[in-house]
Amino acid sequence: MNLLLELDWFYIATSLAKTVFLLGVVLTLVSYTVYAERRVSALMQDRLGPNRTGFPITLLGAKKDFSPFLGGLGQPIADAVKLLLKEDFTPNYVNKFYYWIAPGLGIAAGIVALAVIPFGSEIAGVPMVIANLDIGPLFVFALTSVGVYGIVLAGWSSNSKYSFLGGMRSTSQMISYELSLGLSVVPLFLILGKLNLVEIIAYQVKNGWMVLPGITAASPSLPTLEQIVLWIPVLISFIIFTVAMFAETNRLPFDLPEAETELVGGYHTEYSSMKFALFFLGEYAAMILGSSLIVVLFFGGWSVPWIPDGSAPGAAGIIWGLVNIGVFFAKVVALLLFFIAIRWTLPRFRYDQLMKLGWIWFFEIALVNIFLTAFILAYFFPRS
Amino acid sequence: MAYTVPRPKLTFAEKIYLPTVLAGLKITLGHLVKMLRGKTEVIMQYPEEKWDANLPDHYRGAPTLVSDEHGRTRCVACQLCEFICPPRAITIKPAEIPSDNPFAKVEKFPGEFEIDMIRCIYCGMCEEVCPEQAIFLRKDYAITGSTRKEMVHDKARLIELGGVRTGLVHKWNEKK
Repeated sequence: MNLLLELDWFYIATSLAKTVFLLGVVLTLVSYTVYAERRVSALMQDRLGPNRTGFPITLLGAKKDFSPFLGGLGQPIADAVKLLLKEDFTPNYVNKFYYWIAPGLGIAAGIVALAVIPFGSEIAGVPMVIANLDIGPLFVFALTSVGVYGIVLAGWSSNSKYSFLGGMRSTSQMISYELSLGLSVVPLFLILGKLNLVEIIAYQVKNGWMVLPGITAASPSLPTLEQIVLWIPVLISFIIFTVAMFAETNRLPFDLPEAETELVGGYHTEYSSMKFALFFLGEYAAMILGSSLIVVLFFGGWSVPWIPDGSAPGAAGIIWGLVNIGVFFAKVVALLLFFIAIRWTLPRFRYDQLMKLGWIWFFEIALVNIFLTAFILAYFFPRS
Repeated sequence: MAYTVPRPKLTFAEKIYLPTVLAGLKITLGHLVKMLRGKTEVIMQYPEEKWDANLPDHYRGAPTLVSDEHGRTRCVACQLCEFICPPRAITIKPAEIPSDNPFAKVEKFPGEFEIDMIRCIYCGMCEEVCPEQAIFLRKDYAITGSTRKEMVHDKARLIELGGVRTGLVHKWNEKK
């Protein structure tokens, strides 16, 4: 009884509210990223894409179709309804247990990892992060690895050669890119001295974004020599991290696990209906997670110079807190559009090219980069 | 003899790949911007806008049966089209023209004439083989239906689609 009385109800309520908010925003973002993918790819190929969604009431004798969604904006809803109503077919030669848990693993990992992403500064004293862990990036990397298990299990349990090849490719892709993904962010945490995603944003508010050092509200000046020298390893980190993120989320040019032209559908060949949709959504959830992580690590999270955070008392604090959240999601959306643009620009890498890039180039460069950063820190920033 | 594939010599910028990514983005984003500003002219929103007026004369659409100036279906049920049809889409059941009919000397007419539009491949061989110039490919291309039965064009529908054509063949006229 005592335990119940001592529960921090305010903390529980705010955490729940943040969870519901983030889940709602991210799931909406996922479905509209799918729509954006179709529209942007169409526009790049001189087409229009899905630009009309509605109810075909002309079939019932009406004069015009009823389209209340402003062109094609209702497309995600129509897609969801279609996928929910389709027959959920399970082939009888699959390993049922793993076949059933694989789609869940994929999407659950991507969504749970969002808990440590700080998506805003603070509103009325409540920090806008669901779980302020001191091992934020490690938590994210651990969960994205679990997400890859979803693909591996789907490929293996489907008992089909195409799925199996897709799962196998995903495994090898994961082990060759997870290393460089983890190693490439080490320089950032050498600079910061901590593994906390909230504090890395605090650092970037004080010293300028990682990719744009020196530009801050407090001292709008050109970056100093030390900052410029430190900029080099950060930019190398940024490029390696972004490319590894592309590989991690199975996006082109690294979409080998689901290479449609070679493997029919890749790891989800045998899936249908909502189970297929879960894979599909999981891929986009992972994309949003990756973009959020890049924004937090390199683009200052919710911060923009000259826009204050939500620490001010009263209504001003709340308004600026909301603006910060908007800024964060605007940055994420910009990165998502970049992901999409890259997908429709580059051809797929060959399998051996991918392995060579991962093992011979990125792994070594990331490793050397750590030593470079350590040297620069020791030489230019002696510990006071 | 072994043939050595000539490999292009790549510059340094091409070898490190990142500048070429930017070059590719320039092309795709260029198309995107062009579309957003409405400068592209290749778009046609299909059900509202159609290309029908510009279809070439040799366009091969749905095959139809034509009638002559006397309102008689030209087909004499020789079944050549049925035999030449590669996907065997045509089925003809010939019937005899009664002797009191002014065209009794033609002897045969198609009692039933069906073209299965699910099978038809629009090759135009029926039109080419027809000795009476009775079957023509029209410019109709949107042949749709919600059942298989609906997609089988029977004689009445084929004649309705074909319309009347005069001239061309006169051998069955009264005076000849």
